[in-house]
Amino acid sequence: MSEANRISVVVVSDKREQLQMAAMIASVGAVSGNEVLVFLSMNALRYFARGADIEAPAEGPVGELMRGKGVPAFKTLFEQAVSLGDAKIHPCSMAMDILGFEREHLEDYVGEAMGLTMFLDQAKGGQVWSF
Amino acid sequence: MAEKKLIDARGSFCPGPLMELIAAMKMVAVGDEIEILSTDKGSAAEIPQWINKVGHEYIGSHEEAGVWHVNVKRSK
Repeated sequence: MSEANRISVVVVSDKREQLQMAAMIASVGAVSGNEVLVFLSMNALRYFARGADIEAPAEGPVGELMRGKGVPAFKTLFEQAVSLGDAKIHPCSMAMDILGFEREHLEDYVGEAMGLTMFLDQAKGGQVWSF
Repeated sequence: MAEKKLIDARGSFCPGPLMELIAAMKMVAVGDEIEILSTDKGSAAEIPQWINKVGHEYIGSHEEAGVWHVNVKRSK
């Protein structure tokens, strides 16, 4: 696939709206003929611990309204990005070290830890979104 | 003979109905039709755009009492 179809999504926030928007871009991007790379770091990574069901705090009124409205869970959308589309999700190796996580501590749809050198190389020439 | 599958995605917000449609699209045969029900206006607009982008067939949509009925056909 050409680099023009590469969408990279950097997710660092622990806020509901940010996580939701990142998941929406990753999932819809991945099922629409794009190769999506998601890079999980900083405060976002702990949500992807295996079995974690942590409610992300809203940062504004729309985030509050989203609760109980039938909005797909952001973790479900990231999983669908991988299972239904062409997405790969990798945790940042620095955040893994800080949290003391190993690969087996994360959900099955999350791949091996990735460093910035490889991420920047793979993101080169494509769209990059940051949340 | 082509079959028609109904997906009830009422109550789900964008991109939930689209993702439900895509999951169903992988399960049906080429030539089969899918009708998806959505109460989310944005999804009713987005699904035809996705169908056209990826090369399936958009048959049509209509709205009845706040529910959009979007009909598509798997064509590849």
